[in-house]
Amino acid sequence: MYSVRNGVRVMGEVKEEAGAAQPAFEPKIVAFACYYCAYSAADLAGSMRLQYPPNIRIVELPCTGKVNPQMLLKAFEEGADGVYVAGCMEGDCHFLRGNLRAKRRVKYVKGLLDEIGVGGERLEMFNLSSSMGPRFAQIAREMTERIKALGPSPVNRKARASAADEDAAGG
Amino acid sequence: MIVAERKPLEEILRLIDGAKTVLLTGCGGCVTVHMAGGEKEVEVLASLLRLHYKKEDKPIKILTQTVTRQCEPEYVRELADNVDKAAVVLSMGCGVGVQFIAENFPKAWVVPALNTKFAGATLEAGVWAERCGLCGECILYKTGGICPVIRCSKSLLNGPCGGSQNGKCEVDPEIDCAWQLIHDRMKDLGKLDLLLEIEPPKDWSKARDGGPRKVMREDMRF
Ligand code: SF4
Ligand code: SF4
Repeated sequence: MYSVRNGVRVMGEVKEEAGAAQPAFEPKIVAFACYYCAYSAADLAGSMRLQYPPNIRIVELPCTGKVNPQMLLKAFEEGADGVYVAGCMEGDCHFLRGNLRAKRRVKYVKGLLDEIGVGGERLEMFNLSSSMGPRFAQIAREMTERIKALGPSPVNRKARASAADEDAAGG
Repeated sequence: MIVAERKPLEEILRLIDGAKTVLLTGCGGCVTVHMAGGEKEVEVLASLLRLHYKKEDKPIKILTQTVTRQCEPEYVRELADNVDKAAVVLSMGCGVGVQFIAENFPKAWVVPALNTKFAGATLEAGVWAERCGLCGECILYKTGGICPVIRCSKSLLNGPCGGSQNGKCEVDPEIDCAWQLIHDRMKDLGKLDLLLEIEPPKDWSKARDGGPRKVMREDMRF
């Protein structure tokens, strides 16, 4: 299942859970996944019926070399608590060096996130191949655990708090 | 090209502190080419500023506009509408761009987002180095196309000095000795004899020491 937004395919749309009085923090995590490996690995994880947290929103890229700082920062601006880029194993990029470029950009943006006080540890780069369905699920779990431990992105904290206040006032 | 580098975010935040609307403006010239202040860098900085203010729960409006060149009046004037709306204009052009916006908009408060470094070249992707000191009277024809004014740490015109060691400058072992480079190149070109000529003291009044400079071409004026 996927939908198309701004020209990129978004897979695994997550419905907001409603109703719980004190909802546990469920992070929103955006995964920028290369079509040739991670995106296929996600598909495989699906066909293998592997469980992984529903917190992950996957954005399909033609290659992780398409990743740029604007894109990663935008995800944080739009409310992501964590972001990761998943590309092919080093040396196996379909476009030779796209994943190595992505690795550098991720490192650069980590620095920017630290500088602005959002925290570079909310962003990560992973490498896997299309046959690694279980690894895909494991990465999704790892990243969800990491972000849960870190708590909501400082950018979303205020927004979440006021939303919770409104809920409380309304309820 | 003019090479610049973004200021630390902390400093930029101080420069725009308190403004409700900021015009973040990029330049399509040199700073686009070396990826310090073009359209993309404007987008990235705008995003970082929005993240910061959202985190602090302070509302701010960031307008963005990148013009072809911040050092030419017709392009700078394109900023007029947005300059009017903004309390602070944050320029990602070089120092020339920042000044030229200020000059063209007497009522605007214009601040730099970059530290302007030097006139230089791209050595390889992601690496830029200083090459010209804008001395006003070029002597590259005497030195095999290697500038002693800017590439020799002491701007010696008859080098090298006694500190040149194994091809490196005594100021920093990372820096090539310009005079070693000049010597080696002249040797390769079979023109070592040119270096025997003693270069007289330079007329520094043609450089910055003569005060701010201006170039005028009557034939190009309207
Ligand atoms: S404003 Fe500076 S960076 Fe922009 S074109 Fe002019 S000299 Fe180059
Ligand atoms: S001699 Fe002067 S003009 Fe020529 S490259 Fe050196 S600093 Fe620039």
